[in-house]
Formats: sequence, structure tokens, C-alpha cells
Amino acid sequence: MACERADTLVHGYFDNELDALRAAEFESHLEQCPECVAALDALESLRSTINVAQPYEKMSPALRKKILADLHVKGASVKAPLRATTDWRWLAVAAAFLLLIYGGWRVVSVNRSDSRETMMASKIVDAHLRSLQPGHLEDVISTDQHTVKPWFDGKVDFAPPVRDFAEQGYPLQGGRLDVVDNRTVAALVYGRRKHLVNVFIWPTSEKDAAPRTGSIQGYQWIDWRKQGMEFYAVSDAAAPDLQLLQGLFSN
Amino acid sequence: MSNPVQGKGSDVLDSQEQVRFETLVLPHLDAAFNLARWLLRSRADAEDAAQEALLRAYRFFHGFHGGDARAWLLQIVRNTCYTWLDKNRKAKDMTEFNEEVHGLPSPSPETLAIASNDRDRLSEALKALPPRYREVIVLRELEGCSYKEIASITSIPIGTVMSTLSRARRQLQMALSNVAPKEATHGV
Repeated sequence: MACERADTLVHGYFDNELDALRAAEFESHLEQCPECVAALDALESLRSTINVAQPYEKMSPALRKKILADLHVKGASVKAPLRATTDWRWLAVAAAFLLLIYGGWRVVSVNRSDSRETMMASKIVDAHLRSLQPGHLEDVISTDQHTVKPWFDGKVDFAPPVRDFAEQGYPLQGGRLDVVDNRTVAALVYGRRKHLVNVFIWPTSEKDAAPRTGSIQGYQWIDWRKQGMEFYAVSDAAAPDLQLLQGLFSN
Repeated sequence: MSNPVQGKGSDVLDSQEQVRFETLVLPHLDAAFNLARWLLRSRADAEDAAQEALLRAYRFFHGFHGGDARAWLLQIVRNTCYTWLDKNRKAKDMTEFNEEVHGLPSPSPETLAIASNDRDRLSEALKALPPRYREVIVLRELEGCSYKEIASITSIPIGTVMSTLSRARRQLQMALSNVAPKEATHGV
């Protein structure tokens, strides 16, 4: 064991916790340190072992119910009947309140697109994580784009561009329907070495846009718009892997 | 970091606070349970601990002045679990292995051979880690917490989160590699 960074900085880099300068320094170090490359690979394989095992355990519905009762949370089932007289008053108040919120939103929305994008990205990452639950990844399992593409016919009202990129190192594994931000989207699943990439696709009326990237909770995402389609790719693979895939889609 | 739930709490929140509690804290019930489940290594104990922690969070919610509600709640869950582990250890006393320091002995080849699928293998390996290592793995890998959040939940100084994670991951990798021959691991 010669390189001490293989024990320390590699974790910060892997977890996206280094600032841009230190990350860049570490990347150039990676080019000449096989030990750190091996450590990084080992971390990726550890994370994929964990993702595959799905160790996250949720609370049982019974316990949730018990706790909500403890905490005086009024469930949907115990709604009190509304009296007609108060009904209208509350509706008026609610309407006024909504107008206020809407007005406020209109004013700030100009500057809010950044945080809206972050919210969207976090919904996409959630969808990616959901897809990793056992049995959730694919509705149609096929490496053949001519099987996957027609599968979407009649299930969504648009034709997602389904292509296999096995030769370029991104084998198509299948597709499924997903719901992101209350709309039904097409999700394509690609392999990338040991990683899975979800590509979410839905129609948009906005004009083409160059890719934007980011990361949330250790997951990389990349988003672009092309020919009336919005694309969001997300994975625990490295950012350059996603950029390559974006390039393949855009060719 | 100071204990977030000191002093006297209130049993019922006023309606405004109740709404705030429901909005900020309730989305993290699963996170609370999951952390307790892995710290206590038992679903049954985790159910009790999660319930107790949520009651404490409710009672002391007036002391939460904004910020990261998940981290705040998980800090309470963690404290509850450590108190629990402590009590349990005293009850079982001398015969019990001091797992605070040592963790359980590495899972035996037999246990791990039986732990055939990915899920069981990981579960056995995780359980074998000392709680201080197990919790950073759970927070980082399962809960997706940032180093800053991990520091505030566990009271580890922010500067040492990276090295703690490094040691925890190394132990987990070792525990896992005790498990199965390489070719038996998945090829996803």
C-alpha cells in the first residue's frame, strides 16, 4: 500500500464531496495511480452490491398507523363532516390564498428555474432508485430495439427513440413505463459495465437544449431536449459515461 | 452536538406546529425505521425504537428551529438506539461480547455459505460491523446522506467523516469477500 489517497480522498471523490478544485486534482492523480483506480473500482462494485441487495427496510403499514395515531395525525378516514356555512368561507380563503401563492410564484419563477430543475432531477433519481427494487426494472426485457420499441405502442402517446448501443458499450436491457412528476414516461434501461442506466423520455413542447448535468446522493444525471423529446439519464456510473450515452442518443 | 431533545416537552402541538411537524418530519418515517433496524439488527426492536424516537421528536419539536428535518430526526433515532443498545448490554452483562468496540466476530464461513443470495450476504456482512461503522454505511449508502448530514447525525466531526467511511467500507468489503467465491457474485 503506497498511495494514501487510495484510503482517503478516493472516498470523497466517489461520494462527490470534493470541491471542484480538489476533484480535478484527484482526477489527474487517478491517471497515474493504479492503486486509486483499483480503490475506485472496488467502491463502485461495493455500491452496486448494496444496490442489488436492496437492504433498505421500510416501516410496516401497521406501525405507521400506530405512530400516526400516537402523533395525533388525523388520517383521511377521520375527516370531520363539513358544515355548508363554513364550507364557502374556507373556499374563499383558500382561493385568495392560492391567488397569492400564484402571484408570488409568478414573480419569483424567473429566478427559480434552477431549483425547479434540481427538484426535477431529484424526482428522476427517485424514479431510478424505485426501478432498482426487485422486479421493477423492466416491463419488457429484451436487448432487441425492435422488440422494445413496438412494446411502447399504445402504452404511451409518443414514440420514444429506442436504440441499442451494445457495440458502443451500452447494451439495451429493456424498457418500462414509469411515472415522473405525474406524467407517464418511457424508461429505457441500459447496462454500462457493472452499472445500470435509466433513460427517461417524454414529449416536450420546449425547444432543443444542450445537456445539463448534476449529481444527487451519489447518482449522476444528465438532461437534454431534442426534437420535441425531453431526456433524463441517471445512473451510479461516472459522469463521463452518461455524457457518452447522451452523445450516442444525439447522433 | 448537543442533545436535541433535552428539557421538558409538550404532549400536544398547537395546530400550526402540528402542520409543520407533519410536513417536515413525517416524510422521514421510513428513514427513521431503516436506521433503527440496522442499528439494532432486529425489526422487532426497531419497531419499538422508531416509535419511541418519533414520540420524542414530537414532544421536543418546538426545539427544532428549521434546517434539515431528516438529520434532526435521525439524530434522535440514533440516540434512542444507542440508549437501547446500552441498556441491553447491561442487562445481558458480562457474557455479551462488547460489540460497541469490536463488532460481532466476522461471520463464519458456514453462516455466509448459507447466506446464499445477495440480500442475505449483505445483511450478514453489515451486521458484523461495529455500530459506529454500520451507521455511516447506512446513512451514506442507504439513506444517501451528505458528509455534512452524517456529521450532524452521528456527532462525528465533519473532518473525519471521510476516514470513518473509509474504514467502514474496508471492513464491509472484507466481510463480503469472506462470503462467496468471486464467480458467484452477480454480473449486473
